[in-house]
Amino acid sequence: MTRSDNPYRDDRGNKDRSITKAGGGTIDNPEGGGSALPAPGGPFLAAEGMTGGYGAADILHDCTLTVEKGQIAVIVGPNGAGKSTAMKAVFGMLRLRGGHVRLDGEDITHLSPQDRVAKGMGFVPQTNNVFPSMSVEENLEMGAFLRRDDFRATMEQVFDLFPILKDKRRQPAGELSGGQRQQVAVGRALMTQPKLLMLDEPTAGVSPIVMDELFDRIIEVARTGISILMVEQNARQALEIADKGYVLVQGANRYTDTGAALLADPDVRRTFLGG
Amino acid sequence: MDFLNAIVALLNFVVIPATAYGAQLALGALGVTLIYGILRFSNFAHGDTMALGTGFVILFTWWFQSMGLHFGPLPTALLALPFGIAVTAAFVLLTDRVVYRFYRKQKAAPVILVIVAMGVMFVMNGLTRFLIGVDEIRFDDGARFLITANDFKAATGLAEGLAFRSTQALTIATAVVVVAALFWFLNRTRTGKSMRAFSDNEDLALLSGINPEKVVAVTWIISAGLAVIAGTLYGLDKSFKAFNYFQLLLPIFASAIVGGLGNPLGAIAGGFLIAFSEVGFTYAWKKVATYVLPESLAPDGLAQLLSTDYKFAVSFAILIVVLLFKPTGLFKGKAV
Repeated sequence: MTRSDNPYRDDRGNKDRSITKAGGGTIDNPEGGGSALPAPGGPFLAAEGMTGGYGAADILHDCTLTVEKGQIAVIVGPNGAGKSTAMKAVFGMLRLRGGHVRLDGEDITHLSPQDRVAKGMGFVPQTNNVFPSMSVEENLEMGAFLRRDDFRATMEQVFDLFPILKDKRRQPAGELSGGQRQQVAVGRALMTQPKLLMLDEPTAGVSPIVMDELFDRIIEVARTGISILMVEQNARQALEIADKGYVLVQGANRYTDTGAALLADPDVRRTFLGG
Repeated sequence: MDFLNAIVALLNFVVIPATAYGAQLALGALGVTLIYGILRFSNFAHGDTMALGTGFVILFTWWFQSMGLHFGPLPTALLALPFGIAVTAAFVLLTDRVVYRFYRKQKAAPVILVIVAMGVMFVMNGLTRFLIGVDEIRFDDGARFLITANDFKAATGLAEGLAFRSTQALTIATAVVVVAALFWFLNRTRTGKSMRAFSDNEDLALLSGINPEKVVAVTWIISAGLAVIAGTLYGLDKSFKAFNYFQLLLPIFASAIVGGLGNPLGAIAGGFLIAFSEVGFTYAWKKVATYVLPESLAPDGLAQLLSTDYKFAVSFAILIVVLLFKPTGLFKGKAV
């Protein structure tokens, strides 16, 4: 998604932030305006045959991801394999030329990301995933923005899951440590009571101890019946907790199996897990 | 006694006028800072929004006065204010629909939006002159003084008089109420929080289901309201002249940037800082100095640092110093 193909986006090299504020939204909503169609049967989340990319060239080639209810699915693969792109495609942030996305018996291929949130998808982006100047509590409230009912019980559940957030609930999220910020981000996504939680590299930039704790929490979330689709750099640890693992290479499925089977597969070990 | 006289003179010529002026600048800067924080561009049309809005208020005021409608000791313009705000907000929303929305959909680079805002500024500039003319207009009525200089002298027996004009009191009181209401709205209400969320992280706000068009519309309405209130208070306090409002753009932007663009608290602090600096630099300190200093040290000249003609140089100098040494402003703003 190069910005220069639209002349209005070309700032001609002017980066003077004192009169203009950069950092506006980047989501283009390629598939917005459509509606969901009933599509009964099949896995809980079925993103099948996804083909597409940001510009002229495709990044994903017939990529398929499925998650069953309450299961953890992990996407691993080398850098540039299209892991995050595949997740964005599931969430509707990418124009698909082929394939479809089904969630809980509905075809949501033509829904915008916001509409998919209303349908029960929660998405935690890899970076910029909190509202930095707002307090932890307000971050969670914004997560529940679409809900008109009383969401205090859900907030208590999030505080039970991440007790540190309760202590820091009046503190701006931007002042928290990396691991705590990830907890806020996950908590924000949980506030809509999603059926599917998508995490884009939740452990990027956090210490190994925090990483283990985050994985524990993710397992806890899955136990409550929420399906989880996760992109991870730390392939070995992620596959250990995965019910299902996908190894993507160049935007296509290379290996698909249970997490344990992938860990045991000598080919996968040698090529992707470093022996 | 001399010391008391010095304090009274200081209050009369510096503190009260600067506080009223600061409140007007703060209200203006709040509008600029909201647009900057949420719509992500510097709205150079803000000064002319103030002028146009005040023009509407004046028209309503004249209409009310012609019907014999008055607001007791308070200026009739206060009655006209809500109507002026409504018309201005509608006008600004129309501008957004016709002009800004196109560029927003294109996700235009911020610098392009700034140029667009300048175009809107010139259009509004012309419209205001068509609507109300280029002349100076005084539209304050009702009681003129809360305390007159003579009353004060008689009551206290001091040589120095203290005049507190009702428009100054009105300006300060209105500013306090408006700022309190704005902060309550931004920090306590669902819509206000969604505006802050949108300002913080547009993508994440979108993913949380916050409707950007609604946030944008509410932002325009609030900024139009703030502009009309600031413009009307300024016009009541001094007088209305379209060109003066255009010139106010500089101290208003200086206030917003000094305080930290995008930070409402900073806009208020910046407004008062700029106002006190302007008045302080252009006030002839001879009178106060004569009271306080021993006779041998009393100044011969006016002890005026700058002629009032150069008052905009003060805001400009502060603006440049802040941009050089603390570009994010005194309170941490969103400008990098």
